[in-house]
Amino acid sequence: MAAPAAPAAARAAREVVFVDGVRTPFGKAGPKGVYAETRADDLIVKVIRELLRRHPELPPERVDEVAVAATTQIGDQGLTIGRTAALLAGLPKSVPGFAVDRMCAGAMTAVTTTASGIAFGAYDVVIAGGVEHMGRHPMGEGVDPNPRIIADKLVDPTALVMGQTAENVHDRFPALTKQRCDAYAARSQEKFADAVKAGKIGPELVPVATRSAELGWGLATEDEPPRPGTTVEALAGLKTPFRPHGRVTAGNAAGLNDGATGCVLAAEETARELGLPIGMRLVGYAFVGVEPEVMGIGPVPATEKALARFGLSISDIGLFELNEAFAVQVLAFLDHFGLADDDPRVNVWGGAIACGHPLASSGVRLMTQLSRQFAERPDVRYGITAMCVGIGMGGTVIWENPNWDGGK
Amino acid sequence: MLTHEQAAKAFPDEVVTKAVTRLVRVAGLAKPVALITIDNGHDHTRPSTFGPQSLVSLNAAFDAAVAAQPSAIAVTGKPFIFAVGADLSGVEQVADRSSAVDIAQTGHDVFRRFTESPVPTFAFVNGAVLGGGLELALSCHYRTLSDNTAAIALPEVFLGLFPGWGGTQLLPNLIGPDAAVTVIFENALSQNRMLKPAQAAELGITDVLLGSADFIERSLAWASDVVNGVVSVPRKEIDRGAGWNTAVERAKGIVHGRTKGASPGALKALELLELARANDLDAGYAAETEALADVLMTDPLRAGLYSFTLVQKRAKRPAGAPDKSLARPVTKVGVVGAGLMASQMALLFVRQLKVPVVLTDIDQARVDKGVAYVHDEIDKLGARGRLSPDGVNRLTALVSGSLDKAAFADADFVIEAVFEELGVKQKVFAEVEAHVSAECVLATNTSSLSITEMAAGLAHPERVVGFHFFNPVAVMPLLEVVRAERTDDATLATAFAVGKALRKSSVLVKDAPAFVVNRLLTRFMGEVVRAIDEGTPFEVADRATEPLGLPMSPLVLLQLVGAPVALHVAETMHRAYPDRFGVSENMRRFVAAGKNAVWTWDSAGNQSVDPEVAALWQFGPNPLTAQEVLDRVLDAMAEEIRIMLDEGVVAEAQDIDLCLLLGAGWPFWLGGVTPYLDRAGVSERVHGKPFLAPGVASVPA
Repeated sequence: MAAPAAPAAARAAREVVFVDGVRTPFGKAGPKGVYAETRADDLIVKVIRELLRRHPELPPERVDEVAVAATTQIGDQGLTIGRTAALLAGLPKSVPGFAVDRMCAGAMTAVTTTASGIAFGAYDVVIAGGVEHMGRHPMGEGVDPNPRIIADKLVDPTALVMGQTAENVHDRFPALTKQRCDAYAARSQEKFADAVKAGKIGPELVPVATRSAELGWGLATEDEPPRPGTTVEALAGLKTPFRPHGRVTAGNAAGLNDGATGCVLAAEETARELGLPIGMRLVGYAFVGVEPEVMGIGPVPATEKALARFGLSISDIGLFELNEAFAVQVLAFLDHFGLADDDPRVNVWGGAIACGHPLASSGVRLMTQLSRQFAERPDVRYGITAMCVGIGMGGTVIWENPNWDGGK
Repeated sequence: MLTHEQAAKAFPDEVVTKAVTRLVRVAGLAKPVALITIDNGHDHTRPSTFGPQSLVSLNAAFDAAVAAQPSAIAVTGKPFIFAVGADLSGVEQVADRSSAVDIAQTGHDVFRRFTESPVPTFAFVNGAVLGGGLELALSCHYRTLSDNTAAIALPEVFLGLFPGWGGTQLLPNLIGPDAAVTVIFENALSQNRMLKPAQAAELGITDVLLGSADFIERSLAWASDVVNGVVSVPRKEIDRGAGWNTAVERAKGIVHGRTKGASPGALKALELLELARANDLDAGYAAETEALADVLMTDPLRAGLYSFTLVQKRAKRPAGAPDKSLARPVTKVGVVGAGLMASQMALLFVRQLKVPVVLTDIDQARVDKGVAYVHDEIDKLGARGRLSPDGVNRLTALVSGSLDKAAFADADFVIEAVFEELGVKQKVFAEVEAHVSAECVLATNTSSLSITEMAAGLAHPERVVGFHFFNPVAVMPLLEVVRAERTDDATLATAFAVGKALRKSSVLVKDAPAFVVNRLLTRFMGEVVRAIDEGTPFEVADRATEPLGLPMSPLVLLQLVGAPVALHVAETMHRAYPDRFGVSENMRRFVAAGKNAVWTWDSAGNQSVDPEVAALWQFGPNPLTAQEVLDRVLDAMAEEIRIMLDEGVVAEAQDIDLCLLLGAGWPFWLGGVTPYLDRAGVSERVHGKPFLAPGVASVPA
């Protein structure tokens, strides 16, 4: 046996950068959705291939890990999807891969986990992303909750139904009215439609050939869920499926969606060696658990923890990309930090209420959009991506803009 | 164009390939691309084909595409399949020439719209593309090809047809005449050889090879680049002079060499290749239509389709085979004898079954030689990249030799390939039976001995079965599985299962002298030799069967089989049927003199009779003409086949034909042989009736 290594001196962590991110257009889940007859693994495969195609300067064999998240790891989302997706995408067999699950924050966790590996020195370049085909794999497919969860009153039964947790957030914060939520939702649709029109949303999309036995092959080139022109009035009339006379509707929440996202992360020194672009620099991240019955408040303590850990305050943050699982949980966040419902720093190009939220894939959508906003905003130094997570969690990642002009 | 109703009436049972048009937005193009998907609604195990209704559907889809005023029109298939050509079962139903013209004309009419479209047309060849499928792709202006495409070919000439929906005219004008000859003639007539995707791209059949993972997406992006002029697609300069002459000559050489001019489809293909030189689609397509209607109405073509069906379907479900659930698993194989044939069998068993194979023989030197042969062949497969290093290690470790038959104790299947003498084989089986379980199958590769007699002295005769391979064992697809008098169903089912695992086509045969192929070839050869004995010159007798287009002449076949073996079988047959099978005294002298070949060839390839053979052969005074020899040979075949069917050697004439197709390499256009005997009037002359009902392998009356 070799002699034990000398006691480790403090290691220098390496800077981690977000190189680039892409995603498939998001579809509506269900038999009429664009991806009804398209496999989930094929969606993530197209994303990985697009990343490699956009970055010929990245030799495929330099990819040290492929981490792919999915919430329901069954069938075409099972079989260690990070590894099988890497093989199907044509990466060399020497490139390993694994599967990640932290429900809605799957892709976010794929990023933070592999980024930590880069900082530690275990990887130089990784691909991280997520996929969720909620049409083929509805939330809760095949779950078998331990009966003790109910028997021991670990959580309220409403904690496992996301819409009911959103109603619970309304209960906790009576100031968050349905009207504010509907107004927020209509604005999200409007901002998203404007961003599409302005060409802000689109360049990051990978066209996907869609199979339909009846209609033949098609090509998905834009998101299917958005409803541009949505008005507060129209939203007011929608049903509240989670409670009679409740507040949460299909209009002020993200839908059930299909889609995949992916990004390339690298050690900053490796990015410079290979000539990879630097879209964002990772500052830090935090995940926090909250009561599962009000999982929507998760981003609040997660953000506080991340800011505190890395010595920043909310006023340092110039751009926010918040996942809009429900309007009410975004508003809870904004109220907590004293931000206006229509704060211009928040979800500049709209959010998941418009474009959709294919669970485990959404984290990297937030990051991709933030990185594209950074490129346009040298006046901004820091931004965050944050999301609430089923079963009571929140996740926040803080990023630094490499294009920051130093506050001129 | 046919109406939908006319199309449905022409071929009511058609599995219709539906074509649907969808407009897709593609980056870089202001107007959408009209993407036509062709899909017969089944999975990839039932590939999409074109019959009349399918063509009508494609025509309607093209109408819809044009109406949308797209920036491009593209056609692609269901997953893993582009299209595999005309629906042959529809062709079989064509009973009159005008229907044949309709089929040819409709294909041209629809496909040509893709060629003459003012809007750029693209084929996104996403998978298997054969025959008419490839002609549709060739009819488009541009082609992309998925790199996982499993089958690319124009197999028509192999079937006795020719690519008649534009293939003969478009391909040589796209990739040049010489490459077209390779695809249309050389590959088709080399057991229907397929192109690999990289080869197809290299030949210029397709314009760009794209990865399968995002093939449709990249094809659309490439199409956009072509439409926008970002990508330009160079086309070859075609040599319409000397180069074209050379290619036509090469094609003629191939057709003559492989079909002896006996396949009307191949001959038409030659004419059409010459015509394509002018690159005039009006004239070329008109000629294709006429020629296709002519060929479709010939019996050789129908016999070709009959052969194809036998090989594709009957060979996979052998007539009379017992329920396959009765088969016992085979986890270890014994081979008695370590000579060349035995070693070749051992190699086949280990490669395909991947179970331990033990060879035995009478002394260690022979055992060692046999094992070394197999190990050597495994190494060669490794060196050629056919086996991975791990695969080489695996197979090498599975093959061993032993002097002691106790090594067979746990074998489930023991096959013998020892000297062709009943007593020797009986002794071998008795020795093996002393060591193996009561269920272990004992198989014999005898070519002519009685298997019933071979099993007679055993404690368990019900486990003995004939398992007759053809030389070379690795190549010839036929396996005659012989049921002896007492062979039980479990043994027979196991033999069929092993045959299938060895990737052979098995035919069930009764235990009758020399089974099927050797019996017929011996009768055939016997008549040729008898004609020579009577005074017919070697040249005349050996060329008499040329009109049949057999793979080789009778005397060349004799040389390949080995004269001593042929003589041995002839003697066996003579003992069984002295009236019909003679033994030539000349052949005895020939073999006794150590001769194997009648012909010698000089360095220029000129053939002449070996003078020593000419000296020893004693000719009679009654030479026959070539026609007389041929008539005698054919009459003898017809007689022998009828007797075999009466004896119940096989279930039906179809099995005789299958045996000749797969075991003797007799050509498709003969249909094995009974369709030829019927259409040449031989069956009528000999028996007063045909072997097959009209329409089975001929144009329906």
